[in-house]
Amino acid sequence: MGAFKLGGMTLKSVFKKPETIQYPAETKTLPEGMKGHIVCDIEDCNLCSLCAKRCPAKTIQIDKAAQTWSINRFQCVQCGACVRECPKGCLTMEPTYTAPSTSISVTTYAKEDAAS
Amino acid sequence: MSKATVIPFGPQHPVLPEPLHLDLVVEDETVLEVIPQIGFIHRGLEKLVETRDYNSFIYVAERICGICSFGHSLGYAETVEKLMGIEVPERADYIRVILHELSRIHSHLLWLGLAADAFGYEALFMHTWRLRERILDIFELTTGGRVILSAVCVGGVNRDFDAQVLSTIKEKMDSIRSEYKQICNAFLKDSSVKNRLVGVGTLTREEAIKYDCVGPFARASNVAIDCRMQASGAYSRLSDFQPIVEKDGDCYARLKVRLLEVLQSMDIIEELIATMPAGDIAVKVKGAPVEGAQASNALEQPRGECYYYALGNGTKNLERMRMRTPTTANLAGMTMAMKGCDLADVNMIVLSIDPCISCTER
Repeated sequence: MGAFKLGGMTLKSVFKKPETIQYPAETKTLPEGMKGHIVCDIEDCNLCSLCAKRCPAKTIQIDKAAQTWSINRFQCVQCGACVRECPKGCLTMEPTYTAPSTSISVTTYAKEDAAS
Repeated sequence: MSKATVIPFGPQHPVLPEPLHLDLVVEDETVLEVIPQIGFIHRGLEKLVETRDYNSFIYVAERICGICSFGHSLGYAETVEKLMGIEVPERADYIRVILHELSRIHSHLLWLGLAADAFGYEALFMHTWRLRERILDIFELTTGGRVILSAVCVGGVNRDFDAQVLSTIKEKMDSIRSEYKQICNAFLKDSSVKNRLVGVGTLTREEAIKYDCVGPFARASNVAIDCRMQASGAYSRLSDFQPIVEKDGDCYARLKVRLLEVLQSMDIIEELIATMPAGDIAVKVKGAPVEGAQASNALEQPRGECYYYALGNGTKNLERMRMRTPTTANLAGMTMAMKGCDLADVNMIVLSIDPCISCTER
């Protein structure tokens, strides 16, 4: 008999735990190193601009006068070049995606002393 | 008396996986001639090399195609390394080859699923893609991305694999292997698969050589051509490597080559994990390619040989970056394989070369 070669595997699948999850009721555990979104620890940042120079999508803006570090998350390609380049180690990649939004917004981090 | 008719096929067609246009000259149900046309998704990515420095272009190179994303970043990085005379640490070479072989498994599993879907075997399609999902999980765990990995840099790799990651990859390989063998059994022994593929779109060895076919498409026509035989990088550390070759040259032989290549890639990954050396994962790269320096590189992508060429101009931006992708080489052979086939077999033959028009047009 040439047919039904996959019968055993298909039958087993009926009794096994499903491979898929019931999203959004259940969510997947994300691996630690997943490339989600960039976070800046602005208090450690010396605003050297190396991250902005290395960014292939030109998504990082630094304003030294206003002491701010900004990123357009909707333009970011999550390559991690800025994280690897940062001499102060103040950039990290958090394992969650950028939340959907109805408009393209820029996230700005400002130094506390500059804000006050 | 019947009359020849031209049927336009694609670029948008329910059975086509990629935007390829074919003018099919048919008489009754028999295809007499095929005239292919491409150019629907050209993006001009090679031109971007003039505006991105050689480090940043790697992120453009890996966006040439979603399936061979890692392969393109690797091929480009190796070309620039040749251009600048950079020697990559051995551990980085191992990590690159492991990721490249994982990409090959994921690409072939994707193709096998699409093939099963094309000949109407839905359960086989679902099971094949279920296994492919585990490879994507490995990518997510090791590089942080499922499709676009950004794992390679000029001079090495961006992330190291610790012992725990390596053992996880090995465990996943073991779990995939047992289930994959059942899938192979269905592909190779099920009569419905054979009925649809055996003797369809036959390309002889002489034709495959004449039309410069590459990859599994050529290997299914008994042409032992595989860039991995050059034993560059970590491939040189393998105890043995023989390309998988079939003699029949039909769609079934192409399916068989890809099925067996997945098992071969699993063996390569397991061997490299067992012999992984310690050391650095990247070297610091400084300076720019010398003006007029040229380098070329050939890499065995899942779909076949991909050729890269780079020309330096003394600045951080390259003067020229050129690629010849496997589908470019295989399109002529595909039109030959279609001559004399039934109209209903056209989609199966198009699929059997595993076309990637995104790569071809860039």
